[in-house]
Amino acid sequence: MDDLLREFLTETNESLDVVDNQLVRFEQEPNNAKILDNIFRLVHTIKGTCGFLGLPRLEALAHAAETLMGKFRDGMPVTGEAVTLILTTIDRIKDILAQLEATEAEPEGSDADLIGQLELMVERGEQAAAAPQAPSEAAEDTAGYQVLERPLRPGEVSLDELERAFRETPADVPQPAVAPPEAAAQPPAPQPPAPQPAVLEKPKPAAKPAAKAQDSRGERKPAAEGTSGEGDRVANQSIRVNVDTLEHLMTMVSELVLTRNQLLEISRRHEENEFKVPLQRLSNVTAELQEGVMKTRMQPIGNAWQKLPRIVRDLSGELGKQIELEMHGADTELDRQVLDLIKDPLTHMVRNSADHGLETPEERARCGKPEQGTIRLSAYHEGGHIIICIADNGRGLNTERIKAKAIANGLATESDIERMTEAQIHKFIFAPGFSTAAAVTSVSGRGVGMDVVRTNIDQIGGTIDVKSVAGEGSSVTVKIPLTLAIVSALIVEAAGERFAIPQLAVVELVRARANSDHRIERIKDTPVLRLRNKLLPLMHLNKLLKIDDGTSSDPENGFIVVTQVGSQTFGIVVDGVFHTEEIVVKPMSTKLRHIGMFSGNTILGDGAVIMIIDPNGIAQALGTSVAAQHEIADENAAMRAGNAEQLTSLLVFRAGSSQPKAVPLALITRLEEIAVDKIELSNGRHMVQYRDKLMPLVQMEGVSIGTSGVQPILVFVDDGRAMGLVVDEIVDIVEEKLHIEVTSNRDGVLGSAVIKGQATEVIDVGHFLPMAFADWFSRHEMHPAASSQSVLLVDDSAFFRNMLAPVLKAAGYRVRLATNAQEGLNALRSGQDFDAVLTDIEMPDMNGFEFAETIRSDQRLNAMPIIALSSMVSPAAIERGRQAGFHDYVAKFDRPGLIAALKEQTGGIDRAA
Amino acid sequence: MMNQKPETIEGAMTEYVTAMIGDQLFGLPIARVQDVFMPERLTRVPLAPDEVAGVLNLRGRIVTAIDMRARLGLPKAETDKPPMAVGVDLRGESYGLLIDSIGEVMKLPDDGREDNPVNLDPRMARMASGVHRLDGQLMVVLDVDRVLEIASDKLAA
Repeated sequence: MDDLLREFLTETNESLDVVDNQLVRFEQEPNNAKILDNIFRLVHTIKGTCGFLGLPRLEALAHAAETLMGKFRDGMPVTGEAVTLILTTIDRIKDILAQLEATEAEPEGSDADLIGQLELMVERGEQAAAAPQAPSEAAEDTAGYQVLERPLRPGEVSLDELERAFRETPADVPQPAVAPPEAAAQPPAPQPPAPQPAVLEKPKPAAKPAAKAQDSRGERKPAAEGTSGEGDRVANQSIRVNVDTLEHLMTMVSELVLTRNQLLEISRRHEENEFKVPLQRLSNVTAELQEGVMKTRMQPIGNAWQKLPRIVRDLSGELGKQIELEMHGADTELDRQVLDLIKDPLTHMVRNSADHGLETPEERARCGKPEQGTIRLSAYHEGGHIIICIADNGRGLNTERIKAKAIANGLATESDIERMTEAQIHKFIFAPGFSTAAAVTSVSGRGVGMDVVRTNIDQIGGTIDVKSVAGEGSSVTVKIPLTLAIVSALIVEAAGERFAIPQLAVVELVRARANSDHRIERIKDTPVLRLRNKLLPLMHLNKLLKIDDGTSSDPENGFIVVTQVGSQTFGIVVDGVFHTEEIVVKPMSTKLRHIGMFSGNTILGDGAVIMIIDPNGIAQALGTSVAAQHEIADENAAMRAGNAEQLTSLLVFRAGSSQPKAVPLALITRLEEIAVDKIELSNGRHMVQYRDKLMPLVQMEGVSIGTSGVQPILVFVDDGRAMGLVVDEIVDIVEEKLHIEVTSNRDGVLGSAVIKGQATEVIDVGHFLPMAFADWFSRHEMHPAASSQSVLLVDDSAFFRNMLAPVLKAAGYRVRLATNAQEGLNALRSGQDFDAVLTDIEMPDMNGFEFAETIRSDQRLNAMPIIALSSMVSPAAIERGRQAGFHDYVAKFDRPGLIAALKEQTGGIDRAA
Repeated sequence: MMNQKPETIEGAMTEYVTAMIGDQLFGLPIARVQDVFMPERLTRVPLAPDEVAGVLNLRGRIVTAIDMRARLGLPKAETDKPPMAVGVDLRGESYGLLIDSIGEVMKLPDDGREDNPVNLDPRMARMASGVHRLDGQLMVVLDVDRVLEIASDKLAA
């Protein structure tokens, strides 16, 4: 492409963006002559340059717009309609420019429609202005001001303008070289037309340099804004550099970093040598150079915001809302590459705020809010990250609608949602295909939603969060890394190959060893790690990458890189961990880009090429569901551990029959495979020596212990006593909503639930425990009943929570779990309705008696039936319980007693039935 | 390159870098060849197509090594002799075509190039743009662009 043309395109596009913004500002402050001046000059320059380059369509359009703006300057009232028209014209100019860029020729077509409208507007303005002012005007301008009978043709200059130009030009002529800065430094003159435009118009060939000087000044202008003199001097110190040049510079610095790393690597191997000192120096210089070059790639985030004022203006017209856009921290800088990637998400979120967030003026007035809504954008640095916040003072997220939509989309069940906090519900907006706009509008709700935004942000290693207060507004916070080009990475080894894992995603490293707390356990073929009471899914990197050579991995040992992607946490098992290194991310060959596990490759200090693992790819490979769900589940970890209503990890196994059976994983302490010859028969019962103790084994109905090989056993431990349940085969571990659909009268079976599409019997661990130890607790028939009554169960022991929740559910109660008295109180005070409270007595911090007393002393809660659950049932304890205000006192293991007590206290289901 | 066409009429010559892959002699137009190098420290890429032997660092550039034997459907080399690589560029990316050994550069008349024999192995035919008859052997002219049509078509399949 012609150099001149290319330069014209770059400059004009920049100018037009500025015009967009300035016009929106101008509309708000129609009396600000300075803004008008700016706009006028920019459009004028475009017109002049187009004329020079022989682009008649552009020239005609720019001219028509300029004429209208000239009228503004002459005092014609600024109407929204007129500004819209000019903005439309600018859009047309942009379209033509885009085609010009593609084809290097001005496209065919006519702009008569727009030009006609512009002229009409000018005429209307003239008439309006002429009517009252005609006499005085005529008197003033006898010298030659003529109101033309026809509008000016493209390229023509109105006589008065020329006149004025002649009058003013001489002042500048003596020192044309310094004219541009000086002109900019001029105070907003009472005679606003800058001299240059007029000068430009005359001898066309000479116009180009002047136009260029102006152009560059024009685009600097917004940065300089008020402090014109100072600003210009600063601006003069910057130069325009081609992006390619910068990219090349960046590449070269990356090479330098690599070479430096290489030298350091060599130096590391030779203890004492004379290179050490200069190498250190080289290293420092390189680091500084790297930083310096990175800086050149930095751009103010304001560049990504540039189009927003215009968008918001258009939206407010389209939606009939009054919207103010506030922007803070526009000069916050971030990497060009990152900037490009967040532009669209930002625009989308601002649109969302305008469309869904803010109310119509009437609605706002009704709520007692100012009619004008505000969207506030802010950006700032925080520890190697940029935080961008998009907030509005609108109605906030519609929790009810999100709930309904989440249920409709099958993201959660009604009962799940009941338990969630508002914040958790709000996170559903990031789930794929989630849009709460009741109707699809042209503004947002085009099926792409926040999930797309989230995906984009995820791609650049960022995070996103939403906060909302009903009636007050909502805010979305995005956290993104400063740069993508050079990242810190952990170098790991799997099957003899090295890989880099970006540090950003790495949470911690765990060394797993057999016989230690951190032991890789296996559930069928799925490796897991118990880490701080949470079950961490593990993936062997060599299996994931299908490079398992069979020689390496010791199944129970290894390093676990605990990795977090969004809200999902998982462990990547590797054979070795080396060190961290600043790596230069190089794009992968197009022949390899389809491999989702890698995000790029890099050259290490020793010169070897290694692949960079993409944690997102691994997360996908783990095949886990909607991240939002996980987030919620994770936040709720304590609750989730026992809550049968939410996602429950279930162990699926076979015992006795071909129908699969399941038991909540949290109930199981360990899974063992015990060699059959280790199983002893003592006193008619099967026993096995387990961890220096005798562990009784209980066989499920139909299960027989084989004669050789190994027998899978589920180990349950409580209070130091262990019991093994003998099963035939462990099938799988699944995460499911445990929903017992059919209750059972059969001993040992709570009921049936559909797990992974298959009817599965959920076994009742409580049935088998006393079979091992007669005193564990006694078992009687259960009486399932249908009810939708809800019960709050407070118990600090996960074991009992896990045991009782299914029992209560099977009896038809909805169960909310709390791990301590305080959590219980919070639940009670959250406004949720409970029909009864079941609480343990021995609990840390606040015991059951204190808990009951607190409830009794709360006016709103004092009628709440409270049932104590305790293993210490003595007359004294029962008496103490009465005093504390318990309605009933039930032994923990007396489940029929418990159900009976519940029925009695919750208003007699029996009576109703 | 620019004026190759008119020259063709008067019996233009094209220079080829020749290479042995398996028992066959191949020729690559010299204009497409960047360099010839010994591939060192090849890093294999898990999950990559079979034809991609790996990636390596060539003077600070990451080069994707293409296993020409796999590409041509030939069995793996039996010797331990290290392969050589012919460096070529495609749309700004560097590739190294792994070959058994490098031969001399030959200048051959364009009108001596014959169309692929119809019974040529279809795999090879897809990447060949003609055959030159030399003394005692045939040289298959490789079309570099088509040699590098790898992953994308594989994905589509």
